[in-house]
Amino acid sequence: MSSHLIATPSAETYKSESQPRKGFFTDTSVCIGCKACEVACKEWNHVPPDPQGLTGNSYDNSGELGANRWRHVAFIEQKVSVGIEESPPESFVEEAARQNLVSDGLDPHADEDGFRWLMSSDVCKHCTEAGCLDACPTGALFRTEFDTVVVQEDICNGCGYCVVSCPFGVIDQREGDGRVWKCTMCYDRLKDDMEPACAQACPTDSIQFGDLEELRERAARRVERLHGRGHEEARLYGDSEDDGVGGFGAFFLLLDEPETYRLPPDPVVPTRRTPEVWAAALGAAAALAGGVAASFLRGRR
Amino acid sequence: MGTSFGRGGATTFQQDLANADCIVIMGSNMAEAHPVGFQWVVEARERGAKVIHVDPRFTRTSALADLHVPIRAGSDIAFLGGIVNYILGNGREFREYVQAYTNARTIISDDFRDTEDLDGIFSGLDREGRKYERDSWQYKGMDVGASAGEREYGEAEGEQAHGAHGGELEHGEPPQEDETLQDPRCVFQLLKKHYARYTPEMVERICGVPKETFLEVAEALCENSGRERTSAFCYSVGWTQHSVGVQYIRTAAIVQLLLGNIGRPGGGIMALRGHASIQGSTDIPTLFNILPGYLPMPHAHEQTGLDVYVERNAPPTGFWGNTRPYMVSLLKAWWGPTARYENDFCFDYLPRIDKDHSHYRTVADMEDNKLSGYFVMGENPAVGSANSKLQRLALAKLKWLVVRDFDEIETASFWHDAPEIETGELKTEEIGTEVFLMPAAAHTEKDGSFTNTQRLLQWHHKAVEPEGDCRSELWFMYHLGRRVREKLAGSERERDRPILDLTWDYPTVGPTEEPDAEAVLAEIGGFDAEREPLPDYLPLRDDGSTTCGCWIYAGCYADRVNQTARRKPGREQSWVAPEWAWAWPMNRRILYNRASADPQGKPWSERKRYIWWDAAEGEWTGEDVPDFTPDKAPDYVPEDGAKAQQALRGDEPFIMQGDGRAWLFAPNGIVDGPLPTHYEPHESPFDNPLYGQRANPVREGYRRRDNPFNPAGSEPGSDAYPYVMTTYRLTEHHTAGGMSRTLPFLAELQPEFFCEVSPELARERGLEHGGWATIVSARTAIEARVMVTERMKPLRVDGRVVHQVGLPYHWGNRGISTGDSANDLFPFALDPNVHIQEAKAATCDVRPGRRPRGPELPAFVERVRREAGAGR
Repeated sequence: MSSHLIATPSAETYKSESQPRKGFFTDTSVCIGCKACEVACKEWNHVPPDPQGLTGNSYDNSGELGANRWRHVAFIEQKVSVGIEESPPESFVEEAARQNLVSDGLDPHADEDGFRWLMSSDVCKHCTEAGCLDACPTGALFRTEFDTVVVQEDICNGCGYCVVSCPFGVIDQREGDGRVWKCTMCYDRLKDDMEPACAQACPTDSIQFGDLEELRERAARRVERLHGRGHEEARLYGDSEDDGVGGFGAFFLLLDEPETYRLPPDPVVPTRRTPEVWAAALGAAAALAGGVAASFLRGRR
Repeated sequence: MGTSFGRGGATTFQQDLANADCIVIMGSNMAEAHPVGFQWVVEARERGAKVIHVDPRFTRTSALADLHVPIRAGSDIAFLGGIVNYILGNGREFREYVQAYTNARTIISDDFRDTEDLDGIFSGLDREGRKYERDSWQYKGMDVGASAGEREYGEAEGEQAHGAHGGELEHGEPPQEDETLQDPRCVFQLLKKHYARYTPEMVERICGVPKETFLEVAEALCENSGRERTSAFCYSVGWTQHSVGVQYIRTAAIVQLLLGNIGRPGGGIMALRGHASIQGSTDIPTLFNILPGYLPMPHAHEQTGLDVYVERNAPPTGFWGNTRPYMVSLLKAWWGPTARYENDFCFDYLPRIDKDHSHYRTVADMEDNKLSGYFVMGENPAVGSANSKLQRLALAKLKWLVVRDFDEIETASFWHDAPEIETGELKTEEIGTEVFLMPAAAHTEKDGSFTNTQRLLQWHHKAVEPEGDCRSELWFMYHLGRRVREKLAGSERERDRPILDLTWDYPTVGPTEEPDAEAVLAEIGGFDAEREPLPDYLPLRDDGSTTCGCWIYAGCYADRVNQTARRKPGREQSWVAPEWAWAWPMNRRILYNRASADPQGKPWSERKRYIWWDAAEGEWTGEDVPDFTPDKAPDYVPEDGAKAQQALRGDEPFIMQGDGRAWLFAPNGIVDGPLPTHYEPHESPFDNPLYGQRANPVREGYRRRDNPFNPAGSEPGSDAYPYVMTTYRLTEHHTAGGMSRTLPFLAELQPEFFCEVSPELARERGLEHGGWATIVSARTAIEARVMVTERMKPLRVDGRVVHQVGLPYHWGNRGISTGDSANDLFPFALDPNVHIQEAKAATCDVRPGRRPRGPELPAFVERVRREAGAGR
């Protein structure tokens, strides 16, 4: 059970203007894959269309989060029992063959495997330790008084350092524009005491918005409830302060391993490796210096 | 549902689903088509309800259900009939409810013969005339002459009309009954006999549903019904769009009545109607055969006039006994001071219908050069109607066509870009149709109301002025009428009086002279003799002193307040939320709620209390407006000669019916049988395993060269079209696509037309995931991208494997996202009660690769047809 004392990285900066930390709890167990969140977000934030064409990946024609997609609904069709660590199949005909479905004398009554269709609305995690924020050289990325992470598009110079620093591959450069764009947790709406557009649009309350502390408590109770009803595979993702990014500002209830949803199981903010990196760099420099010195010394003889 | 219960409309509201202990979603893909309403199913699940989804496909609804039951499209009556058989065979019916509140004990005519006696048909079939004479279906002892007399139900019978006719019922009681339910001629025993062969084995054989799964569903319903628990059904066009569509709903009604779920919280039948105001479009009807409030449209008979109309249509008992005041008040609303007692209140101004004028009949006539003009408003039949190819061809025969829409939809653009232009079947220069494309205002640009699926009228306010020439329907019809009247002014012809005498004096507002929508609402809500808005329909009179544009809406403007605009938040009122908007009738949210209490007026259980009798106050009270005369005691017995609702007892909850009871057996109000029977769809790979009669003997199949049928069952050539095909909706798109394929944010979510097939079918036909497939029927061939998915399952039916092909029907050739139209494949084959197309089950073949283009396309279709021996 994770601790419910949440980090509030902005408190020191904002002092009296500080707000309780806000976040998303996305409970994918009640997601119906309607994509109202995708559309509401684009409408509110004037995010341009980015048609991908028919991807063939179930009902997901959005692909992934990016500069022009700040909410993305994933669809995973599963015919296997829960807990198997294989990657999702690339081709369904292939998968069918693999599972011996396509055989003569087929017996469609025999499958007791339980078919599942997992649906999940992905979003920027607004990490406590945010890789994008750490990497930004211009200060375009900043942490708001709500502890969310926002890009100021009038400052961003399009260097792209943040893009490689995000463990989730969320923040992205917009083609033809050059700057990076991502979910702002509807910062403008928060300032007016409204909830983000996606949370308001979600018809089943899969996307819940509020004080992060309260959301974490609610989520813990929700997982317990699901376990009590026999859904042992339900788990939280991003609720723990002990993870590699200090806990997510937008965390999830998943019904399978994160990999199933194409989410990294153990995201780590790159700046945690900074001491290692410096140590390695210094070590390499020392080795290089040593090698150069040795060759000169040798050379003198 | 009108036939079974008295009113054609959902018996409950979506929020009430949260109270259900078990929900069966069947003939509906609720999460995808009603995503907002579906939250209440999710809520029910959170409260411990079992949610079951029965559907040919595993959909986003199935993903959140506890159990998904794959079923062969077109076999639902066998499934539901199997549940009836299970209930009766195991004595699981809610006995006291069935005995007291249904017509289970009524004895039926000695002349009645069931499908068990006649191998799949009922007595009274006139095969040539394709109709049934219903004399032998009547209650025993009824004056058959009276009930067989000329009715307003020639072509207009069925679901849309109320089904309240029992003819002459003394005290509302049927002449012969057996309270013990033992008499072999009583409804209860006839029901048992009718479904005796709908065993779990038979269900497996017909539906492709394993016995164990079927029994799981049957048992779930039984154990979640009765005094302490209730179950609900949700259905939509997966049930209605069949050649036996109305019978599907009837079977569910029988199940719910046997289980005692109607009129109770968490029970009922949630008919999920789709469009925001689709319920409203039958309440204030855009249908040819009914008038506002479901009054029947007068027919052209030899004898006519208001008295004859009332005599024919008003039963002596039940609330429909007040047909006269409802009708007179409507006539006064329309013709105002001109309508007087002396001229029958202008009853003769009403048009008379003389035959079927439904959509498909009209389009067939259009193709046969019998129509000059066509108004198409907020509809896109070139994509959305069955045999959409024939729809497009027919448009070319018109002299003029008016299309009102936001965009140049396929129905408006057919003359230059219909697929038939490419094939050469239509040539632009030869099309004489003059097309007027009128821009329409969106709902945000006008005031007005929606009446949604739960009979709820909700007002919407104009947010912005429409741009340019865009105008609302209200503006269009009002000003069109105004101009027509100006042109006819001073005319002395009698035929112009109905138009000239109309009350057409709505105030207009704003720069566009928009008619004041609230004034129209007020007229619909009606006024009493003192010109005060009606509180409800009880004060309606037949002396011309009251006016009311739609009697079931009376009360929507009570106290001069637009009740439909009320927005009291849910958290500030009870869970029923009666102060949010306004529901018809009388703001009742659950209909027939008298049935939530036992015959003595006490709730069947505390857990499921809703309405009960308060003896101290002498009135019914509870969570909702009682669907009953408020001060009629449970032990009330009518006096001799009592009329209308006074003729019903205090323990008869179904107040619209002549006998106050819900109908398990329907002697009237339905044209294709008093008891639902499994019939194969018009096109199906199977003969009927139950009977010699394969399909609905009185279904409407339009035998025309331009509407050829695939051979069915064991007819030679049927294996040329071996697969079952069905249409469905995606959340991302809206109906025929005019409002979604034209918007980038929606078009990109589902950018292409695709078909869904199982891996087994893909292998059988060499289809590649992500590739192309050509789907062909006797009508035409279309192409779609291929989505191979295990959400489609092959089924074992009648001893062999059958595959189903899923087709989302949203696509046409206009907009950002374009594609072929699935409806091109389907025939005109209709339910005979309501003339709705069978778009949920037909047959097809699937070939890999893209379809032929140009004249090669019809040539290819013809080749397949000839190989099959089709084209009858």
